[in-house]
Amino acid sequence: MSRLQVVSGKGGTGKTTVAAALALALATEGKRTLLVEVEGRQGIAQLFETEALPYGERKIAVAPGGGEVYALAIDPELALLDYLQMFYKLGSAGRALKKLGAIDFATTIAPGLRDVLLTGKACEAVRRKDKSGRFTYDYVVMDAPPTGRITRFLNVNDEVAGLAKIGPIHNQAQAVMRVLKSRETAVHLVTLLEEMPVQETVDGIAELRSARLPVGRIIVNMVRPAVLDGGDLEFLQAASRPSIAKSLSAAGLGGARRGGNAERLVEPLLEQADEYAERHTLEHEQRAVLRELGLPLHELPLLAEGMDLAGLYELATELRQQGIS
Amino acid sequence: MSPDPASTHDSAHPHDPNRAIDSARALAVDPLIDDPKTRIVVCCGSGGVGKTTTAAALGLRAAERGRKVVVLTIDPARRLAQSMGIDSLDNVPRRVKGIDDTAGGELHAMMLDMKRTFDEIVEAHADPERAAAILGNPFYQSLSAGFAGTQEYMAMEKLGQLRARDEWDLIIVDTPPSRSALDFLDAPKRLGSFLDGKLIRVLLAPAKVGGRAGMKFLNVGMSMMTGALGKLLGGQLLKDVQTFVAAMDSMFGGFRTRADATYKLLQAPGTAFLVVAAPERDALREAAYFVERLAAEDMPLAGLVLNRVHGSGAAQLSAERALAAAENLDLAADPADPADPADPSDPGAADPAATENLADPRIVDQVGGKVGLRNSPDTYGSSESPASEGHASEVPPLEAGSPAADRATADRTDRTVTDATDRTVDQLAAGLLRLHAERMQLLSREQRTRDRFTALHPEVAVAEVAALPGDVHDLAGLRNIGDRLAAIQPELPTTGA
Repeated sequence: MSRLQVVSGKGGTGKTTVAAALALALATEGKRTLLVEVEGRQGIAQLFETEALPYGERKIAVAPGGGEVYALAIDPELALLDYLQMFYKLGSAGRALKKLGAIDFATTIAPGLRDVLLTGKACEAVRRKDKSGRFTYDYVVMDAPPTGRITRFLNVNDEVAGLAKIGPIHNQAQAVMRVLKSRETAVHLVTLLEEMPVQETVDGIAELRSARLPVGRIIVNMVRPAVLDGGDLEFLQAASRPSIAKSLSAAGLGGARRGGNAERLVEPLLEQADEYAERHTLEHEQRAVLRELGLPLHELPLLAEGMDLAGLYELATELRQQGIS
Repeated sequence: MSPDPASTHDSAHPHDPNRAIDSARALAVDPLIDDPKTRIVVCCGSGGVGKTTTAAALGLRAAERGRKVVVLTIDPARRLAQSMGIDSLDNVPRRVKGIDDTAGGELHAMMLDMKRTFDEIVEAHADPERAAAILGNPFYQSLSAGFAGTQEYMAMEKLGQLRARDEWDLIIVDTPPSRSALDFLDAPKRLGSFLDGKLIRVLLAPAKVGGRAGMKFLNVGMSMMTGALGKLLGGQLLKDVQTFVAAMDSMFGGFRTRADATYKLLQAPGTAFLVVAAPERDALREAAYFVERLAAEDMPLAGLVLNRVHGSGAAQLSAERALAAAENLDLAADPADPADPADPSDPGAADPAATENLADPRIVDQVGGKVGLRNSPDTYGSSESPASEGHASEVPPLEAGSPAADRATADRTDRTVTDATDRTVDQLAAGLLRLHAERMQLLSREQRTRDRFTALHPEVAVAEVAALPGDVHDLAGLRNIGDRLAAIQPELPTTGA
């Protein structure tokens, strides 16, 4: 089981939620996971209903069964100063660089440096050991940039290593790349059963594979419950409106005659069923596309009450039941 | 005991979809895109909310209403790009064929190629020799290939270029899927301050040291800085950066001027920002953030486009009552005891499988037809939706009898799936009611998130776009979205149908 679990997905598919649920799911008894955020959106804090995370690792939740989840929001600017301090003792020069706008430059404009710092920090957490020689974190789960950028984000170290052919950045980039391209890492993609997210997933996997980055699992999020099955939908075409009206009326919803309350429900209900049928067909096609990728496929239900902390634990339990941990 | 839905449908019921619109202002899209003074519309919002589709649909609608429009998209879905004929990346607007040009409008569209945009700036502003040096610089090649921020800068640059050409009366811009709202708005400023900044001078320092004695003190500090940078980046990369900066030096002024001009253009009265969102917690939280940022930057916000809003033609039936009724049907041991005798005038009533109903064309006609009219409960049984025409063509045929066993989620329902011949109308009706209950739960969840946004920003005008069951990837689909976008939700009917 890879120790660095990278979670990506198209915007709007709920990758932060899935990353958090995965961090909870992996924190089984006695285990400790670190959930890392790299985009500065404080999505983890919002999800766990706590105040904004500082740049520092801190315990954010106890998982079902007693494992611990820590969280870290990586701030590239602080990570760079950290890094300068750690490797070069550049205390005052670092501050001067900041004044000049060099830090801003380095973390927003300089090619890939920002991404190197972000992945570098995550890899450092993966490799870190305590005094007894045990890994500090059993798993590190990264809420990564979206599918469209993930390969470039993870592969940036390769690019930077090529650009900076010598020097500490070069060495750092190479060290990070060794972790990212090894079996220590797995990149999971979150999708919905809709055409665009599925297409992006297919493209994303092709890109990851061609960059020789290790692809892990596909997690289909927000799967709607199957209320009507194929047989129902077929029967729908045959059932007469008045007979449906009679059934509704028998259920206590008013009169079945034309203009009666039950009768008036028939058209809108059938219309909803038609929309359902259309979506059902599309979902069926998209699921087939995902199956063809030959990767482990997991499905998480859409939570009727919307996403909250309780829902997060529900998804974590679901992931454990599906054998992800 | 159960209240008559007909008598309650024109009073406020708990899932009244008009509630948010009543308390917020409705955004009228047509006056906005028809107004000749509107020259730029910027669609922004978090990823996955349908920004590109909204931009394209608005562009098509404006063009078919007589304006000469160009749509700048950043990363359109492949099939949408193909349908507009902009799937090849040549970084110039192409005329979109197949639109209704009877009103004299035109639609052009392009997909942003950031590297090419950057290259073109270099080529346009440097002499050939210098341009070649820049284009060949490894640092430049990485920078222009799309690291953090480049896409945002280039989108702004391209917007400025399109505006300067003055060939279109309306430019509609899709924004990059930024990691945050900041990136897009900050792009011009950040680029400007970087190019103006001391860092540039530090980087240029070794090349400019010369023999000026007065500069000596300053240069000691600066060489310390470049020393630190050299340590960090590695000497060779620093040299690449310095060469790049030196070669770009003459162009920086131009960058700065254009970035400032574009920023001012965004603040100008001819610009309208549309914040795009879906009725989900995260998307609306981002939308609220955009609204606040735009206000802080003095950018003119036209309103919020709320995509994928669900409605129901049977909103008078609550989720709770629908579920209770479904249970009644499950429990009914003897379904042949209707509360209301069958209508003798309807031959289909006696036999659920009557062939007349198999041929009933209305079932197919109505797919997606009235989604846009969810506030008009008086239109049951008709299909006069303005949106239905374009949509009908993309409804795929029903996949009859798709293998239910294949579905991983089938076990989530507590319904026993039996052979089709054993099905009863009661079971089907119970299924319809459960489906309705799910829809009503979704509706109220969307309503709650919307209310939260409206409470925070009551001043923001909102246009809602009813959800489609599938994706949009042709002009008919875009036209349909445009119709939905422009359909100002009617006031609740004052009398029952």
